Amino acid sequence: MKKTLVLFSHPRFEKSRVNLSLINHIKDKKHVTVHDLYEQYPDFNIDVNAEKKLLNEHDIIIWHHPFYWYSCPPLMKQWLDMVLEFNWAYGPEGKALQNKVCLNVITTGGSKEVYCSEGYNSFTIRQFLRPFEQTAILCGMNYYPPFAVMGTHNLSDDALHDYKINYGNVIDLLQADLKINSNESTSFLNDIPQLKTL
Amino acid sequence: MTGSILFEAIVFLAGAIICVSIAKRLGLSSVIGYLLAGVLIGPYVLGFIGEEGEDILHFAEFGVVVMLFLIGLEIEPKNFWNMRKTIVGMGGIQVGGTMLLSYIMFAALGFDWKVALVISMAVALSSTAIALQTIKEKGLMNTTFGTSSFSILLFQDIIVIFMLGFIPLLANSEHNTSSGNHSEHANLLESLPMGLQTLAIILSVVLIIVAGRYLIVPMLRKVAKTGVRELLIAAALLIVFGISLLMEFVGISPALGAFLGGVVLSNSEFKHELESTLEPFKNLLLGLFFMAVGASINFIVIANSPLTIGGILIAIIVLKALVLFITGHIFKLKLDQKLLLTFSLAQVGEFAFVLLSFAFGLNILSQDEMDMMLVITALSMSLTPILGIINDRCILPNIGTKESIKRPMDHIAKSQKIILVGFGHFGSTIGRFLRSHGIEATILDHDSNRVDFLRKMGFEVYYGDATRLDLLESAGIAEAKIVICATNKISVSKAISKIVKEKYPHIELMIRTKNRYDAYELLNLGHQNIYRESLETSLTLAKDVLSKLGFRKYTLNRQVQNFIKYDEDSLRRLATEPERKDDYIFKAKKELEQQEKFLNEDFKRGIVDYDNHWDSEQIRKALEKTNDQ
Repeated sequence: MKKTLVLFSHPRFEKSRVNLSLINHIKDKKHVTVHDLYEQYPDFNIDVNAEKKLLNEHDIIIWHHPFYWYSCPPLMKQWLDMVLEFNWAYGPEGKALQNKVCLNVITTGGSKEVYCSEGYNSFTIRQFLRPFEQTAILCGMNYYPPFAVMGTHNLSDDALHDYKINYGNVIDLLQADLKINSNESTSFLNDIPQLKTL
Repeated sequence: MTGSILFEAIVFLAGAIICVSIAKRLGLSSVIGYLLAGVLIGPYVLGFIGEEGEDILHFAEFGVVVMLFLIGLEIEPKNFWNMRKTIVGMGGIQVGGTMLLSYIMFAALGFDWKVALVISMAVALSSTAIALQTIKEKGLMNTTFGTSSFSILLFQDIIVIFMLGFIPLLANSEHNTSSGNHSEHANLLESLPMGLQTLAIILSVVLIIVAGRYLIVPMLRKVAKTGVRELLIAAALLIVFGISLLMEFVGISPALGAFLGGVVLSNSEFKHELESTLEPFKNLLLGLFFMAVGASINFIVIANSPLTIGGILIAIIVLKALVLFITGHIFKLKLDQKLLLTFSLAQVGEFAFVLLSFAFGLNILSQDEMDMMLVITALSMSLTPILGIINDRCILPNIGTKESIKRPMDHIAKSQKIILVGFGHFGSTIGRFLRSHGIEATILDHDSNRVDFLRKMGFEVYYGDATRLDLLESAGIAEAKIVICATNKISVSKAISKIVKEKYPHIELMIRTKNRYDAYELLNLGHQNIYRESLETSLTLAKDVLSKLGFRKYTLNRQVQNFIKYDEDSLRRLATEPERKDDYIFKAKKELEQQEKFLNEDFKRGIVDYDNHWDSEQIRKALEKTNDQ
């Protein structure tokens, strides 16, 4: 079975209703390592070697974070800057991450409807996530569509419950070697048909 | 078969040691052990102790006084005030209900109404000594059951004053023959009219409160300043003796007075010190008390009318249990708490001895009646621990409502208990920062001047030598999650670390050290949370120096983080090197050797450049290389 590394970044995790629920639901799953970056590196002093070792030990890399200013929190950017070293993750000899699966799991305050050319955010989530997508591609990883919990400000407890169950199921499917054809027009893992049959 | 005081002391001590250790090994309460020891050495089995058992009983009642003083110490006045409803409510229902039912019972059995009334008073009172000792031993003082029991017992302590005042009125009709036994109570106020007596009582309570604030605390401070430890023991005993004498003088139960004295002193910085000083005395005296109870069981009286005594005994226990259960029910206790309450307070207590012999002295009771009731009292006290075991082992496990001892939300402060040792410049910063997060540490400090000053600043600081196990225990180390050693004396930190490691291995210990050498010692003792005061501050300074020389601040920040990591690693590596002799003459030389070693290591490490990925030079070079190929 494939192993999943959840690189979780949230500077105020204890106050995040949605992320507490999501993380608590998946943290004890088999072959899943939840790596709480803000708890591990409160001083932003990331231990690069330890991070590389973790990456080596896992097949599915999840960047789980709130979608602050259409991007990730600063510690996660610090992580990208420091860990994805030249000639390790990319560059002529950088092959360490090749063929791993990589995706973003994000939470957004705004609902799905406002992320489009007609909405006030002007662009879609997939467009905003391009830098992450290209980062993964440059490292030779298979970038999968994101799993997104959107409209968190108005999310009911029931809806949140469904999200967390689906998050767990998505991880199960990925670990069972779910293949997403990049040509397909799946914009969110939330929408794949396999989830509905579960 | 009695002899010198020495012989008696040997008998009591040996009996206690043998029986209590057996009882403890069998997993029973120490109270049972003491009672059994009493029966064994008493007049009917081995006969070491004869009639003087009663005198010992009186002497040992002082243990109850000390115990209530200690309980008072743990109850701050505002908590006491908050408990007033439970005290009056539960206590009132319990005493009233029990008196009514037992009066009806004894009247129905054909006793004279006065006798029935006196007996019902005696029966209504439970044994503070047995009940509280057992509760404390089980660590249940903070449960609803614990506070309920305590409230009821406290109410009984108060009501007994009125009972003692009331009994002589019963004797009035037969014209006061007060030349009787009770003149041993040097109660000078007895001849005064009721109003004046009440006034005297109120005055003495006020006296205790005022003296506690303005006499006892300053005295303790003076004593503490001398630094002679046994003086503090003497002072503690003096306080309790003094209060007892005053209370007996005005005719209040000394235990109640001692309790009040304890409450008054509970806000003082000497709370923990007094607790740990008096604890051993209390335990020994209580043990003596229980043994005396055991020795005073008159087996001849039992043999003469076993059925009557057995019947009345069972009837009284059932009746008390019933009232207690109902009381618990009215105050909405959970089922298991109710059962605990029922079983632990269902005995007739030591006050019965006082009331009964007092009434006997006034010719209200006959010799037979008194003997019978004394035996029943002693037997019922002996039965309590046994009933408790039945409840614990047979009943409680079988009812499904077992409430956890500590409800997590209510007791969050307690389950997160932090003990902070040393409140100097280092410790006070810790304390302030914890407090800014709503975490109040229990603070121990040994400098009474500082304690005094900090208390004025609103901190909760206690005075004492934190290397003594008993002091740590009365500061609540058993419930602590973390113990912080912020003292600058490595010897103190080492002593505490030893205690914690041996007795409370689950507690996290966080230790301040001055330098590497102290850190080595503690690392080798197996402690990992070590904070060198010479590390981060020096690096902050060095960082600022380099910044003034033109180095970029963020780069320096990263360098400091990495240097700390490097230094911590080397600390842990070097700590495991072979034992360095603690020879003072060689110490300076060795320190130089060590310094040399670090400097050499640093030199090998060279000028370390981190975070190359933020600098494109590396990539440029690598790409040049591939292009060349």
